[in-house]
Amino acid sequence: MTAVGESVRRKEAENKVSGAAKYNDDFTVPGMLYATLRTSTKAHATLRFVDKRKALQMPGVRAVLLGEDAKVLCGEVLADRPPLAKGRVRYSGEPIALVVADSEAQAMAAAAAIDIAYDPLPVVNSPLEAAKPGAPVIHPELGSYTKEQSPIYPQAGTNICDSAHIRKGDMARGWQEAEVVVEGDFTLPQIDHAAMETRSARVEILPDGRVQVFSSTQAPFEVQKLLSKYFAVPQGQVVVSTPLVGGAFGGKTSVNLEVLAYMASKAVGGRLVRLANTREQDIATSPVGVGMQARMKLGATRDGRLAAAEMAYWLDTGAYTDSTPRVARAIAANCTGPYRVPNVHCDVNVVYTNHVFTTAYRGFGHINLTFTVERIMEKLAHALGVDPLELRKRNVLEPGDTTPTTVRLTRSNLGDTAKCLERTAELIGWTPGSHAERIGPHTVRAHGIAAFWKTSSSPPDAISGALITMNKDGTMNLATGTVEFGAGTKTTAAQILAERMGMDVDQIHIHSDVNTKVDPEHWKTVASMSTYMSGRAVLEAAEDVIRQLKSVAATVLRCPPADLEVGGGRVYLRDDPQQYVAFKDIAHGYKYQEGDSIGGQVMGRGSFIMRHLTLLDQKTGQGRPGPAWTVGATAVEVDLDTRDFTYRIRRAATVMDAGKVINPRTARGVVMGGMNMGLGYGSRESMLYSDQGEVLNGQLRLYKLMRYGEQPEYLVDFVETPQVDSPYGARPIGEHGNLAAPAALANALSVAAGVPIDELPATPEHIWRATKGVHR
Amino acid sequence: MREGWEPLKITVNGVQHALSVEPRALLSEYLREELGLTGTHVGCDTSQCGACTVLLDGKAVKSCTVLAVQAEGSEVTTVEGIGSVDDLHAVQAAFWDRHGLQCGFCTPGVMMAAIGLLQERPHPTEEEIRAGLDGVICRCTGYQNIVRAVQDAAGRLAAEQDRAVGD
Ligand code: FES
Ligand code: FES
Repeated sequence: MTAVGESVRRKEAENKVSGAAKYNDDFTVPGMLYATLRTSTKAHATLRFVDKRKALQMPGVRAVLLGEDAKVLCGEVLADRPPLAKGRVRYSGEPIALVVADSEAQAMAAAAAIDIAYDPLPVVNSPLEAAKPGAPVIHPELGSYTKEQSPIYPQAGTNICDSAHIRKGDMARGWQEAEVVVEGDFTLPQIDHAAMETRSARVEILPDGRVQVFSSTQAPFEVQKLLSKYFAVPQGQVVVSTPLVGGAFGGKTSVNLEVLAYMASKAVGGRLVRLANTREQDIATSPVGVGMQARMKLGATRDGRLAAAEMAYWLDTGAYTDSTPRVARAIAANCTGPYRVPNVHCDVNVVYTNHVFTTAYRGFGHINLTFTVERIMEKLAHALGVDPLELRKRNVLEPGDTTPTTVRLTRSNLGDTAKCLERTAELIGWTPGSHAERIGPHTVRAHGIAAFWKTSSSPPDAISGALITMNKDGTMNLATGTVEFGAGTKTTAAQILAERMGMDVDQIHIHSDVNTKVDPEHWKTVASMSTYMSGRAVLEAAEDVIRQLKSVAATVLRCPPADLEVGGGRVYLRDDPQQYVAFKDIAHGYKYQEGDSIGGQVMGRGSFIMRHLTLLDQKTGQGRPGPAWTVGATAVEVDLDTRDFTYRIRRAATVMDAGKVINPRTARGVVMGGMNMGLGYGSRESMLYSDQGEVLNGQLRLYKLMRYGEQPEYLVDFVETPQVDSPYGARPIGEHGNLAAPAALANALSVAAGVPIDELPATPEHIWRATKGVHR
Repeated sequence: MREGWEPLKITVNGVQHALSVEPRALLSEYLREELGLTGTHVGCDTSQCGACTVLLDGKAVKSCTVLAVQAEGSEVTTVEGIGSVDDLHAVQAAFWDRHGLQCGFCTPGVMMAAIGLLQERPHPTEEEIRAGLDGVICRCTGYQNIVRAVQDAAGRLAAEQDRAVGD
């Protein structure tokens, strides 16, 4: 092994530390025009009028667009979202008008001068409220929307825009077997992605019709396809470029600023127009992560074997669906957590509310299901009087078991949850029984643990490609379509190629930007799937290169290609490595002494498509949602002040089955970052709405993030059970630090405070409320 | 000079500039848009994130909280001015080596804040690092590697100084 398993420094990091790295909004082009949005101040209202006359007279203004100027309805799964509100606004922060001017200040001044009159409508502020019969209907047109992607099952005349279901086993029998039954209600708020780089897009429409898009997106190929579809531009005429992205976390998968920037450019004769979110718009106008209310009932035998589980989710998708129907199916598919439950009944409802609309958030619904399952496991442990760790270990899924969607598990596709739990417990210093320990007059210390699993839940036809061209000096250029937003995807791809070639990773050249015209498609840089998908494509391209190198070398060395090996920048005879030809002498063809030549530039191609995945059956949920799972566990140690319920998260440990760790330092860093986000969600983060549905914390001063000094000590370790169909056995790890951290924190705080914490974030005030009336 | 704009003399990364600016232009805007120094990032509009941190006359400040005209006659150092690719500043080298970054968006601001901190406290404790970097937010790393990077940088700077004394 030369490259895989080494902590090689990120390829793009040198530019990042020197300030030379370019992000999307770092390009100011002379003559560029500036667009800005005027957004709704009401969460639900009809628009009596929107008057742009005054704005049009303002200095520097080139165009003002309103809802009627946009013919399309947008949406990845269901076309339910007008780019600019038409007749009605459905969340506070929704774009109503788009102003294009010579400068940003002029655009903003004109946007403020637009006259808007609202007629308020009743506001729907929670998903359970929204799902009730008789609730104000947010989309009366629901029945007429175009389904862009199946499956989606909207219920016209209600706010339920989709639902997914699992029916496994025999519930009647399950409840009969269950000797102990616990129940609970669980609530998570919507959450903002809060990437440090706010979203931005620039569009220029050239005289030949080509549409140039520059966007801080995780999904440049999706932007390309959707713009092509929405505006009837041939796909090849839409070229999307994405430089380095300053954090994404799922929030940059949704295609919206690009649509608006296209409309803006179109309105000014195709000139280059920039549209960039302010922080406030990034929080309250662009999509956030889904919130939920959930109910779960779990039954077990007295010796602690799970017998039956029933759960219902109401997902707060906000005003529009975006990718949340896919999140719903991800939750359904993994609804039991990594535990063996023979009888399962699960309903996941996607419900419109007058909140900010939602899209993928790091974990794709798995924070939600993990919180629900791991809190109820805790209640069950309590009811049975067993150690929560022991209860989990007794019930983990093993090879031979089936998942809620009836996929048969193997060691390769599952990994080893029990080992992860044990190692996590060891790192945090778990003592059986989970008791709060008094460590000061007013301080108690407690531990909480939670396990997770996740699969990709990607479309069955998701693709990824890789192209390799060789330089004359024998080094290689590697092109992939993955976006670099911090996870080190490009460096990982280079490591995989270097390993296969037996080369130094410095001899693999990558470019950290993506351009849809020249780079092969990678579906979307999401679901932590780059290593698997892009890695498979890279390995196939590497084989292609090796074949070509061997073919030329065989002629030069006068031997069959089968006798040859590659490594160290050479093609050599397996039985006599001293007989070789260097890459540099064949990369661009081989030249004999007389000057005549053979070969040509060596170029390799690799193309990958998901294998054997299927959509989930709408009635039973049967299907295969992903190629494999990543399992793991997180434990948290907290010190709680019993007087005011403030607490300090002292240590947090995560162990996951990484299959094979390709870059240890990068992997640890990504896991710690995920844990930090998860603990932020658990302890302070949430979208806050007034009674009237207005966002109350649309800026970083009010939207609380973990800050320096608040982080606990992070302990990260890996188990390595190879996933045999993945490059070097590696499993996805990018989202997984995030998944169980909120649940583990809630479990620890429940022990420390002596009351169940079933709603997050667990602010001191929430804990105080939970303890009200409870004697300690 | 454009109407209403004010003259500004300022030294940025050792180079003197005499341009005119809009009176309401922020130092961050002036650096990014007029001088093209886009290594200084802008992540918020409420002076919370610290991505825009630069050194103003040697002190770490958030450049989005300073009007460009207020920097008249001052010396400003941005991330582009602390080292070059061939000769990285100790803080840059430490962030790279210690994986003190992921997306890199917060990194210039964090490094400038770290330089400011290390000037005041060449040998900071972990607690002092945590307190000293309180004004910057990183969404990616969870901070642990950043703290390690700053500790590492402190060591490198001390070693550099020893070498300089030894010369
Ligand atoms: S840009 Fe956020 S503090 Fe200056
Ligand atoms: S590295 Fe992304 S915000 Fe710090």
